[in-house]
Amino acid sequence: MRYAILIYDENSANPSPEPPDPAVWGQVMEEYNAYTAMLTARGAYLGGEALQPVPTATTVRVRDGRTTTTDGPFAETKEALGGFYLVEARDLDEALELGAACPGAKFGTVEVRPVVDFSGAGEPDATAVGSAS
Amino acid sequence: MDRGADPHDVVDRLFREESGRAVATLIRVLGDFDLAEEAVQEAFVTALETWPSRGVPDNPGAWITTTARNRAIDRLRRRKRLAEKSEALRREASIKAELSAVDPGDAATAEEDDVSPIADDRLRLIFTCCHPALAADARVALTLRTLGGLTTPEIARAFLVPEPTLAQRLVRAKRKIRDAGIPYRVPPDHLLPERLDGVLRVLYLIFNEGYGATTGDALVRRELCLEAIRLARVLVSLMPDEPEAHGLLALMLLHDARREARTGAGGELVLLEDQDRSRWDATRIADGRAILERALRLGRPGPYQLQAAIAALHDDAATAGETDWVQIAALYAALVRHEPSPVVELNRAVAVAMARGPEAGLTLIEELVAEGLLEEYPYLHAARADLLRRLGRRAAAKEAYVRAASLTANATERAFLERRLRELSGRPPD
Repeated sequence: MRYAILIYDENSANPSPEPPDPAVWGQVMEEYNAYTAMLTARGAYLGGEALQPVPTATTVRVRDGRTTTTDGPFAETKEALGGFYLVEARDLDEALELGAACPGAKFGTVEVRPVVDFSGAGEPDATAVGSAS
Repeated sequence: MDRGADPHDVVDRLFREESGRAVATLIRVLGDFDLAEEAVQEAFVTALETWPSRGVPDNPGAWITTTARNRAIDRLRRRKRLAEKSEALRREASIKAELSAVDPGDAATAEEDDVSPIADDRLRLIFTCCHPALAADARVALTLRTLGGLTTPEIARAFLVPEPTLAQRLVRAKRKIRDAGIPYRVPPDHLLPERLDGVLRVLYLIFNEGYGATTGDALVRRELCLEAIRLARVLVSLMPDEPEAHGLLALMLLHDARREARTGAGGELVLLEDQDRSRWDATRIADGRAILERALRLGRPGPYQLQAAIAALHDDAATAGETDWVQIAALYAALVRHEPSPVVELNRAVAVAMARGPEAGLTLIEELVAEGLLEEYPYLHAARADLLRRLGRRAAAKEAYVRAASLTANATERAFLERRLRELSGRPPD
């Protein structure tokens, strides 16, 4: 099964105005590089990106054909989505282990979500049965 | 064999005993909770339709599993839109092969102490039902529903939630198991310890459901307790170094030993202090005590071991008057430290009342009443009523008995409370 590992952290919601301490930043980058390498080595890595913090976000809504564009996110939160991985895992237990190994789990919150499988398009029962094999 | 018995009774009894086993096996093979449950339910409906005329089969449990398997295969065949016909056929063949590899007859006749964890589908299922990715209340509900064969209304009453809420909880949990890929297996070694706590808690609740029987006319739900004990034995064999698993098993056995003495000739509840202790099961007590001693030797006490030690002290007393309430009150105080909960506080208050008199116990109970956390808990009001009665405060006692009787869902318990109420009313007013 495919799972999204969504990384939420405070800095993505409210980034510090100061540039990050190079030593700390270097350490975090090193941990993420090692994590990506680990996922790749075990054949679990399907993709992933880091996102610019929330102040760079723009919200777009279309209502009655009219587009409204506003600065920032829809709702203010303490933590915000800062990045994600897409991984392949045998089951939720394996996906949770991969999620726990993510560096973001130590300083933020990691949410593990299954990805919808459209291979049995329009046939939810088929995916349910297929998942047993 | 059972051709003389009323097929409806046989089906009822069998549903309690066998539905969990059949559902567990079908879930393993089908990988689908709903399909497994529906197929097993259909099999029981078929049994109700055919057994009265054809007679009850020799091995009803095996018949149910086989019939449910055939129903599941029918349902798979009917799924016309199944992406690939060949996939459906392949699955059908593998399901048939896997299910015929399982001889339900073996499982149905297995003894309570038959512990082969790898082969036990119900053990797999309980780890799935108790997965930490499910909400705590959903784990309990799901285990009772799938393994205990309890109905949704029974579970709803046991946990004081409205029936639709409980039904919704079950639907969500099953959907999450399927969609999030919660595995159906006994967890690997490195995950096993952290998964155990939740499993123990669920087993304890199943036992209590059987022991306390919150619904129905029969106070005794023997098979539910045996089920909890059997699963606990499997767990203990799987995790021999886990003192709390031993502790829970000991606790269940030490309570279960008193089962026969808990009801009178008319099915009425007999309190611990009034029980005929010669009716306690000495073998069960010895078994429970030996298991508790093994647990304590591991040197890591926990809530289940403490509760088992309390139960052992009760079982040790030849008469109610000889009960070591001072030590029991001390164990409850230790339990409160391990596991702070108003229900444990209530038990401690009752023990304190026995050790130091009703006034001391009532003081603790009034603190709980002031907190308001157990307002809907019948045993709070029943315990309070009892202490008030013993202190001669009849009007207040009557009020508390009325409140307790209005809250309990158990007919036997209500009858007991109403009897007390009549005894109080029979005397001249205060």
